Amino acid sequence: MKIQSLDPRVNRLALDAANPYENEVLQKEEHFQTYQVFHQKKRGDKHVCVGIVHAPSDEMALVFAKEQYARRGETTNLWVVNTKNVLAMDYDDADVFSTTSEKLYRDPAGFKVNDKIEAYKKSRIDV
Amino acid sequence: MFDPKTTAALKKMLLVTADDHLILGHRNSEWTGLGPILEEDIAFSSIAQDKIGHALGLYSILHEHLGEADPDTLAFMRNEKEFFSAQLVEFPIGEYDFSLMRHFLFDHAAQIRFDHWALSSYEPLARLARKVKGEIKYHVFHANTWVKQLAEGNEESKARMQSALNEVYPLALGLFETLEDEQLLIENGIHKGELALQQLWTNEIEQLLGNFGLKVPTQAEAILGGRKGYHTEHLQPLLNEMTEVFRVDPSAEW
Repeated sequence: MKIQSLDPRVNRLALDAANPYENEVLQKEEHFQTYQVFHQKKRGDKHVCVGIVHAPSDEMALVFAKEQYARRGETTNLWVVNTKNVLAMDYDDADVFSTTSEKLYRDPAGFKVNDKIEAYKKSRIDV
Repeated sequence: MFDPKTTAALKKMLLVTADDHLILGHRNSEWTGLGPILEEDIAFSSIAQDKIGHALGLYSILHEHLGEADPDTLAFMRNEKEFFSAQLVEFPIGEYDFSLMRHFLFDHAAQIRFDHWALSSYEPLARLARKVKGEIKYHVFHANTWVKQLAEGNEESKARMQSALNEVYPLALGLFETLEDEQLLIENGIHKGELALQQLWTNEIEQLLGNFGLKVPTQAEAILGGRKGYHTEHLQPLLNEMTEVFRVDPSAEW
């Protein structure tokens, strides 16, 4: 039985209701690689990782990244990096970060210096 | 501004290319939702939209500067005989090799055409050509990357790209069918001339396809007639589908 659809494009395909690909399983090596896409809004800005594309080659990744991540809004440049070239930490090692939130002395906001600065400015004016 | 004969030739030249872009844009949009992979589906659909945008730009010049009907009327209210697109663009999308090869040959031609129009003495056209330069550059980048990928892929993909090229090439030559009173456009610095554009195009694609290991047919005879309103059985059904909603109520506000 042929599939009937309201969409003329689907009818043009003359698809059978029985799916000929039903028993086909995509093997691991048949999947495209993924590429990480880095988007730069303005020249001089940092490139920001915005997501991935699937692609068979570096150039194709760039072609796809343009439409996936740069078809709306402002863009000045794109990078693509094959995901396999990204060296990542293991989530099991996340304990190396576990006490960071306690080390407020590394965070400029951890210092209450504003009062001192204000006091200093005031003393200069008084002179 | 120009004498009536030159103006008529100018209008025809704009209409011809606008129709090419409209019909191919519509054709290629038939891949939307059916593309080979998600990323390509989005890219090809987006390129199809751009082409319709380029058609709109050209119809707008006809309307705003040359006294023709508004773009919607031009696009949706003419029948097959009143369309001057090359037969290349009306053929069904076929399989992806055919659609890609058509896109490759068409967009290289479009890039050469618009690059020369950017230098045209007819300022509204030169302005439009400068505006769409970046879009066409991406279309060509997209087409080159795909054709290279498949031509240098495996034996099957290479054979399919070669046979698509053999099939599409004579149709693509029809893009350069001589226009009526074209000489007047050349004399006025409006247009470079179809033959000149064809030579530039042939040189470019022969070199590029050669690099990809594909062979441009040597004895191909151009399939002409589109510029005179002669079409295959494929155009009218496309027009019926494309104009179906518009014709329900041409005065509707969208």
